Amino acid sequence: MRKLTISIAITGTLLLAACGDSSSSSDTTAAASTGTGNECTNGKTLTADTLTIGTGTPAYSPWVENDKPESKEGFEAAVAYAVAAELGFDDAAVTWVRTGFDEAVQPGKKNFDFNLQQFSINDERKKTVSFSASYYSTNQAVVALAGSPAIGATTVADLKDVKFGAQAGTTSLDFITNVIKPSAEPFAYDDNAGAKAALEAKQIDAIVVDLPTAFYIAAVELTGASVVGQFPASASTTPDNFGLVFDLDNPLVSCVDIAVAALKDNGTLAEIEKTWLADKTNAPVIAVS
Amino acid sequence: MGTVTGRRAAYERARKRRSTVVATVSSLAVVTAIVVLVPKMPRWDRVHESFFNGERFADSLPRLLEAFVLDIKIFAWSLPAIVILALLVAITRNSRSAALFPLRILTIAYTDVMRGVPIILWIYLIGFGVPGLGIDRPWNSPLIWGSVALVLTYAAYIAEVFRAGIESVHESQRAAARSLGLSSWQTMRHVVLPQAIRRVIPPLMNDMVSLQKDVALVSLIGPIEILRQAGIDKSKFANFTPYIAAAAIFLLITIPLTRTTDFLIERQRRRTTGTRIS
Repeated sequence: MRKLTISIAITGTLLLAACGDSSSSSDTTAAASTGTGNECTNGKTLTADTLTIGTGTPAYSPWVENDKPESKEGFEAAVAYAVAAELGFDDAAVTWVRTGFDEAVQPGKKNFDFNLQQFSINDERKKTVSFSASYYSTNQAVVALAGSPAIGATTVADLKDVKFGAQAGTTSLDFITNVIKPSAEPFAYDDNAGAKAALEAKQIDAIVVDLPTAFYIAAVELTGASVVGQFPASASTTPDNFGLVFDLDNPLVSCVDIAVAALKDNGTLAEIEKTWLADKTNAPVIAVS
Repeated sequence: MGTVTGRRAAYERARKRRSTVVATVSSLAVVTAIVVLVPKMPRWDRVHESFFNGERFADSLPRLLEAFVLDIKIFAWSLPAIVILALLVAITRNSRSAALFPLRILTIAYTDVMRGVPIILWIYLIGFGVPGLGIDRPWNSPLIWGSVALVLTYAAYIAEVFRAGIESVHESQRAAARSLGLSSWQTMRHVVLPQAIRRVIPPLMNDMVSLQKDVALVSLIGPIEILRQAGIDKSKFANFTPYIAAAAIFLLITIPLTRTTDFLIERQRRRTTGTRIS
């Protein structure tokens, strides 16, 4: 399957290269109508007339369905194509690359124009990468298996003696240590797969993830699991606003910011959210006193 | 070693001085080249900011030191278990009794399989798998089963080191011991093992350095030790400096260990070989 994806990507790039040749002879204002960007993006993308978008390896539901962003299925896949369209790029002018988190924030040259894999915007990270305006905000939520002491918790105080786990390096782990402050030290995992294995092995009582992921884990991935509740956005010391990640000071950021603002204003983002994250925000609220 | 006097000694001293000078000059040249040339690279300021950020270093260091205590603990309780298990495996494998044949086959299979599979798999398989069978807290702790995975893997490697040591003891030693009336076990215990272990101490130290770093793999199944803490800080600040800080802490432990190992190897070499040719 990996090979197939690569060959599709290569074919796509070749096609695009062909398009690029024909359009480069025409003047720049024509670019908007050829579906290879607009005046703002002209000359700012990694490859001329192509928008290269990065996402996780693998990318998870509900953000990208079936690890196939090209299918436009999944919240972030749909957002990526909406941003691309707003910037004047046809679907065919979009190329995907896969990177891990570290690859996206390393100091070297980037192999993508922007990268989206639920990167939370924070001031510290802005010193090494640039972020677009936020395209989604989420709350932290607790997932637990039946029989866990976390079940039925309505306030943070109820969670004090719960053994927590979360993905390392996420705002979720930060949330456990800084807001919930449980009596037992939390465990950290490379990804949510590790956290789920630990839940099943009963090494931890509950995990903290963002709300859409929480619903996905409870509904699809982990039988017997449920979303105990979500925390109000005001509880987070670092609110979870997802942004597109760019190489530091990439001039493309301003173009994308305009696009994201337009998508917010015309209701496209809300619509995408309704399609892919529908009914995924109704969970009881856990009070933080 | 023979005694060297007069002109020859003077000559050798001169040679030694000359090689010291050459070594110093060439080292300085390499260091200068790195210090001067690397910052001239186009994106050095970005690399500097991402990997050698003083503020991030100072901020992470106390958290990393605190997390490092867990590494030391895992190391401390795993090491004795590894040595004991490895010795048992090595002795079994070198046993000569026909009745122990099935055990010998078992130890061969054990060392082959444990060494042939990446340690990460064992940590996941034992660390999540065994507690997943339905063991309750506190006995399902990832610290316990992660350590078990480390012990089983490292014991396989170290058993091979012990075996090499045991086999390096000349057959005539066993023959002599047996002809003096020592039993097979007594021969192993009082004649073979003391010589074997002494010979393999340098390679064992090498494995200890390696274990010291592999302890961090236990973090894959949950516990937050130094490398995981560095990873957490790295993600939070999108900055790799915490890894440099963690590396510095590791080096504080591993450099003395490796230097001691080299010293032991050198001492053994001096004891067992003749004059050194420079």
